[in-house]
This record gives sequence, C-alpha cells and structure tokens, in this order.
Amino acid sequence: MSDHHDHDHARTFQPDHTEPTSDAALLGLALRELLISDGHYTAQEELRMMDAMQKASPHNGALLAARAWTDPDFKHRLLNDGANAIKEMGFNLLPIEFTVHENTDSTHNVIVCTLCSCYPRGLLGMSPAWYKSKNYRARVVREPRTVLKEFGVQLGNDVEVRVHDSTAELRYMVLPQRPRGTEGWSAEQLAAVVTRDALIGTQRDLDINAVAD
Amino acid sequence: MSEPRFALGQRVRIAARDVAVHHRVPAYAQGHVGTVERICGLYGQPETYIHGDGQPFTRLYRISLAQTDLWPDYSGSSRDRLDIEIFEHWLEASS
Repeated sequence: MSDHHDHDHARTFQPDHTEPTSDAALLGLALRELLISDGHYTAQEELRMMDAMQKASPHNGALLAARAWTDPDFKHRLLNDGANAIKEMGFNLLPIEFTVHENTDSTHNVIVCTLCSCYPRGLLGMSPAWYKSKNYRARVVREPRTVLKEFGVQLGNDVEVRVHDSTAELRYMVLPQRPRGTEGWSAEQLAAVVTRDALIGTQRDLDINAVAD
Repeated sequence: MSEPRFALGQRVRIAARDVAVHHRVPAYAQGHVGTVERICGLYGQPETYIHGDGQPFTRLYRISLAQTDLWPDYSGSSRDRLDIEIFEHWLEASS
C-alpha cells in the first residue's frame, strides 16, 4: 500500500503501477481532495460510484435487447422513452435521456461521440478503446460504410445508415435485430448472443452459435 | 424558455460560430441545414457551465442531416443520415 496519504479519504485512490506524475494527474488528485474535504461528496460515495461503474457491463444492454425481442410492449416503451423503460429492469441513467435505435432490414444504426467519448457507462460499463480513438470518432461520421466494413459489416445501398453523434445530454444504444433461428428461445438465451459491439452498431449480425451451453 | 421554438420535422440551420468557449457543436455540422428529429429536454448550456451552473437551461434537439449534404464526396446511399444533438441557441429556422 502507498503510504503517501494516510488520512481516510485517500484510501479510495488506488494507484496503478506508477504514482501520478503529470501536471494534469496531480491537478486531478488535488481537486478530488478538495472536493471531499469541502464536503461536496464523501469518499464513501465515491467508492459506491466506482463500484457501480465497475459492475455495469454490456450484459445489461443484452438483457434490454432480449426483453425487447420477447416483449413487444416493452420494446415500444424502450424505443419511445428509454430512460424510463430501463428503470423497469432496475437500471437508471436519469437525468440522461437514454435513447435506443432499432436496426431493421432497411436501417442500420451506429453510435459515436465525435467530441469526446460519451457512452452510457452507467449501463454498459467502460467503452472500448477504439470507441475513444480519434480514428473512429473522425471517420465514422464521414465514411460510416467504410468504417463498418472494417468491422466486418457489409451494407448494401438498400440499407440506410444512421450515425448518431452523441454531442450533448443523450446517451445511445442500438437494438440489434433478433437473429434468425432463435424462435422459442428464452430471454436469457437470447441475451447471451448479444455483444457489446452490436449495442454500439459496429456489429450487425449476431452469431447464435457463439453461445456456450 | 420551456416552449420549444422549433417543431418536429422543421427545417433548421445549425449556426456557424467561432466562439472561444467550450461548446458542443462540432465544426463539421456548423452551417448545415437539417430537420428536427426529436425535441429533447432542457439542459444547462456548455458555454456557461464553465463559470457557473449552465444557466439559462436551454432546449436540446436532435437534428437529422443528410450525409450527402454534410460531405460533398460522400459515397454511400443518398438516404444515409447523421443525427446530432444541438441546443436551441445554435439553431435558426431555415426554408
């Protein structure tokens, strides 16, 4: 354990392999210390938030997709008012407007945040590294079909591509198409075939053989 | 401020501004005309959050733009769209 700080709210800072050395990292630590010592939030609240963030994962999105495929009324609510619909499943991103876009035979949706890396982290966990890369952010808005092809998604011109740039207060998820050959599957079985990339839109066809029994 | 100035489906132009404060309007979308796809809630302005609490809270919209309009050399379908969130004070009515 580091013994650089021995007062209680220092314990929530968990160093990686090195101590912070950059000005920005030190400034961040100093700001955090001030916010806690001035009572804006407590170290315990910070720990709980970090814990909740760690527990969020793409599986949550998979559960939403599977329920939407098996419950048309829920799907309707999810597409029309995602922020409130996901509360039924025990998730909550309010006051963020959680917005779900459905892929169809004639539409493919893909999500990006060109300005930074906005992502529904509280629901889906950490975003993939490529989602934060300048390459993806700059290119998927202006040549989405080329970028999608690099991810293995080949789209004909009969499929409309809709790019959603998450520039402000909304967070997005794609509802992938239910794969063929899954008639009669339970929501749990269905959730197991949904991938993180399908929820972002960089995967279109889900592989039903990828599920481990 | 609570009544939206723009209606669903209305044609609007995204302002082109060179401002020295933080805002959330990417350069590629500035100056372009699109349609209101969704009327969202009221949120603090990025420009005033930097020195306060985001007042006045302002209407947010989702604006749908044609890719072939955004990028002159766009090679995909003419039906391809890009939807983006823009605050009301960055929008003006367009024909």
